[in-house]
Amino acid sequence: MNKSFKPDVNAETVDGGAHVARPHDSAIKHVTGKAIYIDDMAEPAGTLHAYLGLSTRAHARITSMDLARVRAAPGVKLVLTGGDVPGINDISPAGLNDEPVLAEGEVKFYGQPVFCVVAETRHLARKAAQLAQIEYEDLPYATDVVAAIEAGHDHVCTPLTLKRGDVDAGLARAPNRLKGEMRVGGQDHFYLEGHISMAIPGEDDEVTVWASTQHPSEIQHMVGHALGVPSHSVNVQVRRMGGGFGGKETQGNQFAALAAIAAKKLNVPVKIRPDRDDDMSITGKRHDFHIDYDVGYDDDGRILAFDGTFAARCGFSADLSGPVTDRALFHADNCYYYEDVRLASRPMMTNTVSNTAFRGFGGPQGLIGAERVIEEIAYKLGRDPLDIRKINFYGGEGRNLTPYHQTVEDNIIGRIVEELEESSDYQARRKAIVAFNENSPVIRKGIALTPVKFGISFTATWYNQAGALVHVYRDGSLHLNHGGTEMGQGLNTKVAQALAEEFQVDFAMIKITATNTGKVPNTSATAASSGTDLNAMAAVNAARQIKERLVDFASEKYSVPKETIVFEPNRVRVGNQVFSFAEFIDQAYMARVQLSAAGFYKTPKIHWDRATGKGRPFYYYAYGAAVSEVSVDTLTGEYQVDRADILHDVGKSLNPAIDKGQVEGAFIQGMGWLTTEELWWDDKGMLRTHAPSTYKIPLASDRPRIFNVKLADWSENREMTIRRSKAVGEPPFMLPVSVLEAISMAVASIGDYRTCPCLDAPATPERVLMAVERLKAGA
Amino acid sequence: MSLSISLAINGRQHDVALNDPRVTLLDLLRERLDLPGTKKGCDRGQCGACTVLVDGRRINSCLALAASMDGAEITTIEGLAEGDELHPVQAAFIEHDAFQCGYCTPGQIMSAVGLIKEGMAGDDPERVRELMSGNICRCGAYQGITEAVLEAGRKAAENAQPQTGNPDTGKDAA
Ligand code: FES
Ligand code: FES
Repeated sequence: MNKSFKPDVNAETVDGGAHVARPHDSAIKHVTGKAIYIDDMAEPAGTLHAYLGLSTRAHARITSMDLARVRAAPGVKLVLTGGDVPGINDISPAGLNDEPVLAEGEVKFYGQPVFCVVAETRHLARKAAQLAQIEYEDLPYATDVVAAIEAGHDHVCTPLTLKRGDVDAGLARAPNRLKGEMRVGGQDHFYLEGHISMAIPGEDDEVTVWASTQHPSEIQHMVGHALGVPSHSVNVQVRRMGGGFGGKETQGNQFAALAAIAAKKLNVPVKIRPDRDDDMSITGKRHDFHIDYDVGYDDDGRILAFDGTFAARCGFSADLSGPVTDRALFHADNCYYYEDVRLASRPMMTNTVSNTAFRGFGGPQGLIGAERVIEEIAYKLGRDPLDIRKINFYGGEGRNLTPYHQTVEDNIIGRIVEELEESSDYQARRKAIVAFNENSPVIRKGIALTPVKFGISFTATWYNQAGALVHVYRDGSLHLNHGGTEMGQGLNTKVAQALAEEFQVDFAMIKITATNTGKVPNTSATAASSGTDLNAMAAVNAARQIKERLVDFASEKYSVPKETIVFEPNRVRVGNQVFSFAEFIDQAYMARVQLSAAGFYKTPKIHWDRATGKGRPFYYYAYGAAVSEVSVDTLTGEYQVDRADILHDVGKSLNPAIDKGQVEGAFIQGMGWLTTEELWWDDKGMLRTHAPSTYKIPLASDRPRIFNVKLADWSENREMTIRRSKAVGEPPFMLPVSVLEAISMAVASIGDYRTCPCLDAPATPERVLMAVERLKAGA
Repeated sequence: MSLSISLAINGRQHDVALNDPRVTLLDLLRERLDLPGTKKGCDRGQCGACTVLVDGRRINSCLALAASMDGAEITTIEGLAEGDELHPVQAAFIEHDAFQCGYCTPGQIMSAVGLIKEGMAGDDPERVRELMSGNICRCGAYQGITEAVLEAGRKAAENAQPQTGNPDTGKDAA
């Protein structure tokens, strides 16, 4: 260990072990501007810059493409079209060959990349790209999900149906029945760091790609596919991303492939960083949904039969739409037991950018359908929606089976809701709000408490595996590498904390290094909230292998039983002797003990059979609930969130500060999705909301005025996850359904709470005003 | 066409020949002067990631032409800490977990430093949120950001008190 760092060998606990709120590992670098993102890396001499030429038609045949002027423009070194892709012109993550790197012959959405210019500077490349002359012959198109259904568009992948019981009989039998529909908007990720890739050619067929991606192994695979070289020739590295949120799970493939193709053709480094407007136009977003429901219920509000169809705007290709629409169905029950149920997905092909993963991965769109139904029943019966929720919760004899035939075994939603109801003073506030509304002609208030249950694990079972590489050096310092990627969620910090705890060394002894396909192969995307669950377990597995070797060595060398060898904070006890960790490691090195290990983990218990719609896709569930209170101006439709209270379950938190930050951030982002963030395509199929000027992302001033966020500190994962923690990235994203519903209540007050306003999302002021007008007209 | 400007960045004088008069201050910092701490989020004045101080005032450097900066004094995120000693706003951002991915952080911090200097927010969280609303944080770390700005503001106010009458104050306000 160097002089500047001396771990305390007499400490009672390690510094930065599990369950402590320590800052993000890059904290100092972030606040001093020293954290390096790809665009901040020093460019190797001779680096060229790529820029994309985009289609200006939603669906058309390309009748001619004249790029002569582009090629002749100043500084231009190369112009690529689909035909120049040396391997296969496809980056379909689903392996369906439906997503070209560059479109050939036909374009399927407005903004689809058709060529790529490489020039000395980004500015010259951008200027040159404007000189292309492309002629099109228009073909019929539909950009909206309902229009696509009407036009008879295909599904982009096989739909899923989940069934239990006999829904038709259940509906026929039920004393009450309601039918309705709901539209739920999409969402742009707007990761603050846009997409970027830098490819550096190596010898033979080798290439190194730095990419802002959540899935380095897929980038590796796709670059190899596009170059026509094996995966072993492609090395992909990611130190950190400036946000991902799912938008960098598959969407980086195109940029990485193009940078790599150009770099290999020209034998110089090539960097591509699309302008923000282009990034927003050419990368996929959250799927918008159209939900149809037909529900039977009894006079107490108990749901007896639920028949739901979830149609999604998938865009021109499959991308991840299959698993996204599947996950929508997996969450169309939220916390509620349906006796007879049928849930069907319709992944619709539309002439828009191919939609992709976004925090929650379809789950939020499914869950919101369930919550709309609860709301409708409540208004029909003249009850508080919370009462209807409680009566439908999973739990009790024969009421624990989900529509996909997994039994809910770890249900804690009752306790969460009860505690939150109490701590937020929900009942008294609701009464006060109803009283307030009676005497308030213009401003109306609303309050809502909504729950979340979210299934953790990739539904593609094979994705639930991870690797890690741990080295211990002679001075006692450690090198940690794992397959996950850091995008701000604090994954590296949490994995290092788990490793520090396992070895009983201070956090500062561990160096976390950039994710690298050459160190840990065949990784899964850092997605599905599973980053820590998977990678921390793999890191701990590596640590245990090394520890086992160390214990064997010490037991033999000092002739003591293995049980007497204990890893204590920054030291190791061997019988009645104590060595500093560094001393002990050096002894092991001298005795030729291998001090490096590759760790591995695969999630136990899970299985899923899509064909029968049965299995246990989820290892466990994470739970949470929120109460939101809003004020709505019924003359303008504008509103503000006055207060939000959250109680959220992260099991036994590995790092309460990071987890709380995830919950707060997810709430803000989810609130944006449901309130102000509206994607708008014009009748030509062009996305008009391609910059934050027109696409409204929540600001500091949009945050709830009062914002109380608590972790359920009593919760422990009943499954053997990393130190009994639970995943946190996605589940809290659905808490702000309470905001949408509180707005809905404020609007419902106009009709004396007898009509459900049926607010679609996002509930922009315009939509709120229209709902107000609807209710006024009905009254 | 070439144009020469002279400007001070983080206390260091730079003479720069601009070969293109349309270069933005942001690109000058990031691409010419090896100061990539200032981030590019949108390049069109809508996200705040590129916030720097020009003569003490916060601006979006992606909207400012480098050519108009002749004689200016510029502070970027790289110029806040004194050696290993963090600026109080930087320390407060760590203390209050005011970031996740960190990409907006340099802009948020520069904006906060500017805001505290402007002295318009005082100790009012509403005002802080309003006056920090030119800086998008997509990770949604607004809770921590607001707390950090409030705390750093309070500290700055405490430190300023014993020094009333300091001739420097007049200069800062100018
Ligand atoms: S980069 Fe300047 S405001 Fe976004
Ligand atoms: S910390 Fe990620 S955008 Fe603010």
